[in-house]
Amino acid sequence: MSFVLIAEQILNGLQFGIMLFLMSAGLTLIFGVMGLINLAHGSLYMIGAFVAATVASATGSFILALAAALSAGALAGAIVEMTIIRKLYNRDHLDQVLATFALILIFSEGTRWVFGSFPLYLDAPLYLQGAIKLPGGIQYPLYRITLILFGLVIGVGLGLLITKTRLGVQIRAGENDREMVSALGVNISKLYTFVFALGAALAGLAGALVGAIQSVEVGMGEPVLILAFVVIVIGGIGSIKGALIGSILVGLTDTLGGIFLPKFFSLFMELATATNVGSSIASMSIYILMSIVLVWRPTGLFGQKV
Amino acid sequence: MIKEHHLNIFVLGLLIFVPIFAYWNDQPFTITLMTRAVIFAIAAVGLNLALGTGGFISFGHAAFFGLGGYVMGILAWHSQNYVTLIEWPILIEGTKSMPIIWIITIAASASLAAIIGMISLKTTGVYFIMITLAFAQMMYYFSTSWSAYGGEDGLSIYVRNNFPGLNTLDPIQFFSICCVILLTVLFFMGRLIKSPFGLALNASRQSRQRIEAVGFDFHKLQLTAFILSGAITGLAGALFADLNRFVSPSMFSWQLSGEFIVFIIIGGVGRLFGPVIGALIFVWLEHLIGGISDYWHIFLGFILLAIVMFGKGGIIGLLCREDVESE
Repeated sequence: MSFVLIAEQILNGLQFGIMLFLMSAGLTLIFGVMGLINLAHGSLYMIGAFVAATVASATGSFILALAAALSAGALAGAIVEMTIIRKLYNRDHLDQVLATFALILIFSEGTRWVFGSFPLYLDAPLYLQGAIKLPGGIQYPLYRITLILFGLVIGVGLGLLITKTRLGVQIRAGENDREMVSALGVNISKLYTFVFALGAALAGLAGALVGAIQSVEVGMGEPVLILAFVVIVIGGIGSIKGALIGSILVGLTDTLGGIFLPKFFSLFMELATATNVGSSIASMSIYILMSIVLVWRPTGLFGQKV
Repeated sequence: MIKEHHLNIFVLGLLIFVPIFAYWNDQPFTITLMTRAVIFAIAAVGLNLALGTGGFISFGHAAFFGLGGYVMGILAWHSQNYVTLIEWPILIEGTKSMPIIWIITIAASASLAAIIGMISLKTTGVYFIMITLAFAQMMYYFSTSWSAYGGEDGLSIYVRNNFPGLNTLDPIQFFSICCVILLTVLFFMGRLIKSPFGLALNASRQSRQRIEAVGFDFHKLQLTAFILSGAITGLAGALFADLNRFVSPSMFSWQLSGEFIVFIIIGGVGRLFGPVIGALIFVWLEHLIGGISDYWHIFLGFILLAIVMFGKGGIIGLLCREDVESE
């Protein structure tokens, strides 16, 4: 196994992890601030991808498509928050799970109704196609490198927003004591709508960015949603830093496990059995990772002690 | 207002007379639909022990349902293809006998529930919801990548398994088997929730400190409930696979876990007959609206949203409001 192959796989894992981060950052923020478990986050991801694909095929501009996905996500998020989610903050988790499960059904079937069951395609813009040469003789797709860098920029931006700005102070304060914050004159329900829309916008953006690598279809959001859950459980619910580290861990484990576990088992097994066993275990590897983290730290790596 | 007791008797009557009526009028499809509802009801009754009585929301009960399906599928597949299951250290062959399959299913799903429960019950609240979901997904991906038993395509069983003295291919006879199992499970569950164990479990949902103060082991209570709950749902999975004569990774899907919770919510959380009423209504609506529109999930979504937002306590809560107040 060559160095180039390993490096490529690490980059793939990193890229996957960064995209997961865009999803899980919103999810963990919404849970941390509002205490809401939002299953419909994957639907916002799907909406982003569909809007991007539609806008890109109508205008031909990828940047416009991304902007449209971002605003569609934010808009859908804000509408859903103001009509439904707002009433769920004081309910128990069971009600939240069910109401957002209902939202998934409505969004998924609604999208199928409008766009049909066939997948749409979204291409990366011409100037981002092709490969780039990295030090060490690694050829890597330019688009994926851009995704990694773009995702990191957003991650840093989000971190700065939370830690350095006035809005971030309010968000963090809202996490700790809702009533105190609103007593100090902050419009807490506007703040909640903003946080929800921010998370939704990130999910929509992630959907659009990934849409250029995969096909855009109904039901694309839920597998990512479940992975994002794994990420925030590993990282600790409510922690942006945890979401970033969890995403990269999950991305790397999933990608590298799929490649290296079959090879590892073939060291002491027949090739066919090793491929079978290896790929079966690889498909479960992130869940095994999660169980290990939880046995060790029941509230995740950066979660607060209950 | 109706007494919950009377409503339960009415539902029992429906369970018995609708299929008999359908049998007389030669509508085997209605019987199959009822069988489907009854099997879903068994699965949801199992989940209700954890979710309703115990108060820990498992979003991964499809793991047990699917496992039940695969236990049945694998045993029957080995039997129909005359391939031994295990040759070493002892020879084990596949089987087509329902009672044997059920016993193995219950043992297997109880073991899986013990493993999942031991890890997941260390956590509470949202963490528990997500972990159970993740375990079900793990089973899902494992089943899709396990090519020896069909991988993503699943396993087909040519002939339904046998039950001594009955022709299981006859819809009404297979329905009777499932219905008797449901009634047995309900009877068992009715006794269980009134037993010292059930009362303690119920109390543990309301106050962990108090239950520990009087000397119960909180984790042991929850784990026992989770194992029983998983075993019942697993049994339902074996029946479901037998109904369709087919098992595939979709029996592990997270939507199914969600639907089990939906059955309970429609009927009424923590009520003995809640899951039964929920499953009957769900299957009936699915058939009714699914016949009108291909997009029946949209309607389900809105109905569900309405139930969560406005209707507390599901159908039983709505019809038997007196009971709710006196609780």
